[in-house]
Amino acid sequence: MEDLLLPFQYDYMNKAIFAATFIGAVCAMLSSYLMLKGWSLIGDALSHSIVPGVAAAYMIGAPYVLGAFFSGLLASAAMGFIKAKSNLREDAIIGLIFTSFFALGLFMVSLSPTSVNVKNIVLGNILGVSDEDIFQMVLIAGISFVVLIFTWKDIMVTFFDENHARTIGINTKFLTILFFTLLSACTIAALQTVGALLVIGLIVTPGATAYLLCDRFGQLMIVSTIIGSVTSFFGAYISFFLDGATGGIIILLQTLVFIIVFFFAPKYGLIAAKRKIKQASELLRNPANGGQ
Amino acid sequence: MADYKFNPTLKVDDITVTYNNGHTAIHDASFELEAGTICALVGVNGSGKSTLFKSIMGFIKPIKGAVTLSGMAVNAALKLNIVSYVPQAEDVDWNFPVLVEDVVMMGRYGHMNFLRIPNKKDKAMVAEALEKVGMTEFSQRQIGELSGGQKKRVFLARSIAQEGQIILLDEPFTGVDVKTELAIMELLKEMRDEGRLMLVATHNLGSIPDFCDHTVLLNRTVLAAGATADVFTPKNLEKTFGGVLRHFTLGGDDLHDDDDARSLSVITDDERPLVIYGKETKKSKHATSDKDEEA
Ligand SMILES: Nc1ncnc2c1ncn2[C@@H]1O[C@H](COP(=O)(O)OP(=O)(O)O)[C@@H](O)[C@H]1O
Ligand SMILES: [Mg+2]
Repeated sequence: MEDLLLPFQYDYMNKAIFAATFIGAVCAMLSSYLMLKGWSLIGDALSHSIVPGVAAAYMIGAPYVLGAFFSGLLASAAMGFIKAKSNLREDAIIGLIFTSFFALGLFMVSLSPTSVNVKNIVLGNILGVSDEDIFQMVLIAGISFVVLIFTWKDIMVTFFDENHARTIGINTKFLTILFFTLLSACTIAALQTVGALLVIGLIVTPGATAYLLCDRFGQLMIVSTIIGSVTSFFGAYISFFLDGATGGIIILLQTLVFIIVFFFAPKYGLIAAKRKIKQASELLRNPANGGQ
Repeated sequence: MADYKFNPTLKVDDITVTYNNGHTAIHDASFELEAGTICALVGVNGSGKSTLFKSIMGFIKPIKGAVTLSGMAVNAALKLNIVSYVPQAEDVDWNFPVLVEDVVMMGRYGHMNFLRIPNKKDKAMVAEALEKVGMTEFSQRQIGELSGGQKKRVFLARSIAQEGQIILLDEPFTGVDVKTELAIMELLKEMRDEGRLMLVATHNLGSIPDFCDHTVLLNRTVLAAGATADVFTPKNLEKTFGGVLRHFTLGGDDLHDDDDARSLSVITDDERPLVIYGKETKKSKHATSDKDEEA
């Protein structure tokens, strides 16, 4: 029993668990929107394109957020340029750009293998994060959380029916840019917990899971946030015992929740669907037994 | 918030609309509408009906000309919440996790503060709007779990709850049964009598003379605009639809044994057809029209 509480006796562990939980929660909030719009791949591209910037930042000792921001921007610009100048389809362009950027990032890491931190960016290890980086994470998560609390309904209307959003005076362009800014910032922050390879999980899986449980957006966001924060909490906690691998644990926990919901969700679960089909066909065969 | 009692008018002044990919969907289009009007917007698929709506809502800026709403520029008018929009069914994500009630409540957002927390009046207006379109019992359904006609009524309820003065309806009758169609037409007439202005994109040629006092014929530009009686003629429709339209005319000789010269025209673009029975061979102005029973 005492062993189980051991992680909480370390200050760095408490900070790490708090930061991971918080950023996991905010990423889950964003995931509610992302999977509805079919933008999951964009999130993935974003997280991979950031790596060379982060690597460069560590090499020259600049804040990693700055490096991430610049390479993210560069990647978006490159995608926009190729899209405007060719007839290539979007998924091909996204795939092309993000693998190129990621490859460049890995190459840079191999050039200076001493920067252990870069390994953490790719694979994620919340336990190895400096106080400074923890502060950055919490700051990003905090600002994003507050902004979402104030704008979640407007973003929802914008994504559901952009024309209507305009007719009620919502600045839809601004909100779309705002959303992607929050998404980029949170993706960067979450790199520290789960790594660039797995951050896509944090911004897709909780929302997708909640989608199977909810018929209202507000509820979906709450359920998604709970899934994101609880799994991130336990992911960081468990990684104390396993020494790292935070990302793998968090995403596996989220996958576990997804599988359970996929089968057992009361309305949209596989078993519920089977049961309904069975009831319906029984009713067909034997109408006398089923009411009305 | 103040009670906006604007005189709703719409002026489309010589607009040309070009999409980012360089495609010009509308060019040199002009027409004007007054308060208390239901205007049909008629044209083949791809003629620019939805594009026209998007430019009226300021979603796309015309590269030439301007749209004026109640004498104001589009953005100013939108801030006052006087325009409401009923989207084409294809433009809605029916899997989106919202209930019927939530969608109608979105119509009230423009009347709320920035946190969008509904008060008693908002809730009452939503209930009333749902009642009006006969969707009260479905208020807790996810929107994908409705029939085509019910889906349309939800969005109509949203525009009622919004209290828009200028209402844009993009193909509200597509995929709707006759009973719902008649109910929607009644509602629109009621809103017209309250002084609102409605622009309705529709393929239901047969119903237009029944409930639209004005008609705009569109094919990448405005071919004709004005009172339905003047504009809605077989000749103009022929021009609007080109080969797409099916048009049958039975001349007076085939139709009558006496020397009655009136002929019968049936015009359809595959939804409800327009039937014209009258002196249209000589003078199309006074064509009498009659809606047939379900096509
Ligand atoms: N987002 C867009 N980008 C480029 N072209 C478009 C876009 N939307 C519509 N179009 C084109 O503009 C023309 C008019 O389309 P639309 O206004 O949707 O017609 P309608 O509603 O009358 O069927 C079509 O040729 C269509 O392909
Ligand atoms: Mg259209």
